[in-house]
Amino acid sequence: MSAHDHAGDDHAHGGAAHGSLKGYLIGFFLSVILTAIPFWMVMTGAIDNKQATAVIVMAFAVVQIVVHMIFFLHMNPASEGGWSMLALIFTVVLVVIVLSGSLWVMYHLNANMMPGLHEMQQMP
Amino acid sequence: MPETLTKFIFGRLTLESLPLHEPIVVGTFIVVALGGLALLGAVTYFKLWGYLWREWFTSVDHKKIGVMYMVLGLVMLLRGFSDAIMMRLQQAIAFNGSEGYLNAHHYDQIFTAHGVIMIFFVAMPFVTGLMNFVVPLQIGARDVSFPFLNNFSFWMTVGGAILVMASLFVGEFARTGWLAYPPLSGINYSPDVGVDYYIWALQVAGVGTTLSGINLICTIIKMRAPGMTMMRMPVFTWTSLCTNVLIVASFPVLTAVLTLLALDRYVGTNFFTNDFGGNPMMYVNLIWIWGHPEVYILILPLFGVFSEVTSTFSGKRLFGYTSMVYATVVITILSYLVWLHHFFTMGSGASVNSFFGITTMIISIPTGAKMFNWLFTMYRGRIRFELPMMWTVAFMLTFVVGGMTGVLLAVPPADFVLHNSLFLIAHFHNVIIGGVLFGLFAGIAYWWPKAFGFRLDPFWGKVSFWCWVLGFWFAFMPLYILGLMGVTRRMRVFDDPSLQIWFVIAAFGAVLIACGIAAFLVQIFVSIRKRAELVDVTGDPWDGRTLEWSTSSPPPAYNFAFTPIIRDNDAWWDMKKAGYRRPLSGFKPIHMPKNTGTGVILAVFSVALGFGLIWYMWWLAALSFVSLIATAIGHTFNYHRDFDIPAAEVAQTEEARTALLVAEGARA
Repeated sequence: MSAHDHAGDDHAHGGAAHGSLKGYLIGFFLSVILTAIPFWMVMTGAIDNKQATAVIVMAFAVVQIVVHMIFFLHMNPASEGGWSMLALIFTVVLVVIVLSGSLWVMYHLNANMMPGLHEMQQMP
Repeated sequence: MPETLTKFIFGRLTLESLPLHEPIVVGTFIVVALGGLALLGAVTYFKLWGYLWREWFTSVDHKKIGVMYMVLGLVMLLRGFSDAIMMRLQQAIAFNGSEGYLNAHHYDQIFTAHGVIMIFFVAMPFVTGLMNFVVPLQIGARDVSFPFLNNFSFWMTVGGAILVMASLFVGEFARTGWLAYPPLSGINYSPDVGVDYYIWALQVAGVGTTLSGINLICTIIKMRAPGMTMMRMPVFTWTSLCTNVLIVASFPVLTAVLTLLALDRYVGTNFFTNDFGGNPMMYVNLIWIWGHPEVYILILPLFGVFSEVTSTFSGKRLFGYTSMVYATVVITILSYLVWLHHFFTMGSGASVNSFFGITTMIISIPTGAKMFNWLFTMYRGRIRFELPMMWTVAFMLTFVVGGMTGVLLAVPPADFVLHNSLFLIAHFHNVIIGGVLFGLFAGIAYWWPKAFGFRLDPFWGKVSFWCWVLGFWFAFMPLYILGLMGVTRRMRVFDDPSLQIWFVIAAFGAVLIACGIAAFLVQIFVSIRKRAELVDVTGDPWDGRTLEWSTSSPPPAYNFAFTPIIRDNDAWWDMKKAGYRRPLSGFKPIHMPKNTGTGVILAVFSVALGFGLIWYMWWLAALSFVSLIATAIGHTFNYHRDFDIPAAEVAQTEEARTALLVAEGARA
């Protein structure tokens, strides 16, 4: 419904490639595997260290995001004339800024503003 | 009626919710109700409902939607300003034991509503409206990428505004300050509906803002006329692109943080509570991750306006186009790296504070570069001091002061002294009025002839200009002084009588600004009356440089009969110099989107949903939510979305313009 009939170079760069059945199946199986392993790890407690488990689960989540982008959103460096890639890079930069910045800020706030009980008792 | 049934139907809405005990609110309600009835009566009497519905409310034409955004901004400006002048009056008289005329309950709502309305429902609609109107014309497009979405976005913004306005007469608004920090905004300290009005008004309007951001990004990326590379785009289009990128990247954060606050209030989660592991500081951190980009969302498009105005009225190509573009992009990125300067005093320690202090100071470099570019554009130019140029010069003088106090506040030790003081209030009004508002008035005076085919009356424009500029300096310079003396913001009464004179001066400034607003309204009224005298048939009254001036004023529904081919920046200037002649034949049918009322209907359901959630009328919330989804799905089955303007009609429109141009040529 957009009035884009005049945009001469609309199809010159080509949109995102459309998926094939094979691509969707690969994506589906990868997603299932990447979901099943974290579930298995948490439910059986395969690794004793809880923090390590959490880190690994997060790592699987990141890989899962990449799988979705490649197989379901059909993103590659060339799609939409490079705009998808640019938008992705921009998004990643912002997410990194927001997450790392918030962690850094909140960690320092807690360190400075939330002294533990024993520190309070040592106060003059 | 049994009590449970009443409670089921009306939730917590009772007769006591109506603020009948507040004579000021009742008086306002009577005035608004009478005014509203008169307006509705007039529309009915002149049989305008059908016209408004067919030609405006359901329109998907970006130009009409742009104009409707501007009308919304103007109406809400009147509301936001009446809050402002009430506060100024209260602070000017509440000395020597006087309580003033506003009680604390009401006063707290007023300063919250003033902030929320001015940012979300005045500045945002004005900015979005300007971008909506101008960007497609500047890039040689016939509409935006998603015309229906554009209409829907507008009505969602209206929906948010309606919820805020409703809070004045049904229940109350938040008493928390414009960002509703918890724990004050949590359910324990604000158990009434005020904060809920705040949350749902912003959520409804936020949907509109985010979608219109996506829409304009797509439009700029995909629908530029052939030959217009990124580095040939007009600067206003560039700043709009960066603004919309900021909108799309930051508004989801606002949506998320308000959702978390809503969960805290509605279902008893503990994200931002004091107990059970909640952390109110996280709210402050997250909301400023949205909030700082937001101030650049507001100012960047106006930087674009000033660029267009300076280069047009100096009769020169913009100085340093490339550096202007890069400065804009750098500001876009840096605006994400400074949010902590809004809460230096929260106690993150020296390393965190110095990092954010330095990034904040760095952001003044690209802004300064822009300032020099405008100055060098004017240098040895043939400057015409028409109204838009006057606003631009006033902006440059005013904004630099605001920018410098901003850098001052960026120094953490200085901020520890000035935080939460009137110095801060003076600073951000200095940049928002001196930057955003002056820019909007420049833009309105500049593009008004394009939108309506006649200029604005210069005399009343100048009256408005001088009232606004002087009023601004009178209203806010005293606040700098008071802030340096340590007076904090949001105070209702004062003990120290020596401060009163400053507040009286500030109130005088506010009165001058009121005259400025009145003169602006008179200017519009007088210009409409004198439109035959002020008419412009050329479509290019300022000897403009960018594509929007190549078409007629007002532009036809299809904007351009033929898509222009771009060979240079300042495309229209290049075409004029190359001896461009309008094509007079060979018109083809033009494919255009069709009007639809779905946007209005969806927004009505959204308002009902918000209202139901605010008052705990769960049946209303559920019903309107289901209707909302059903309507949205139903709309996808509407396959009659487009039509062709026949070639004959295009030819007729263009011939009419040719005849006008010939008549004008004969007269000259």
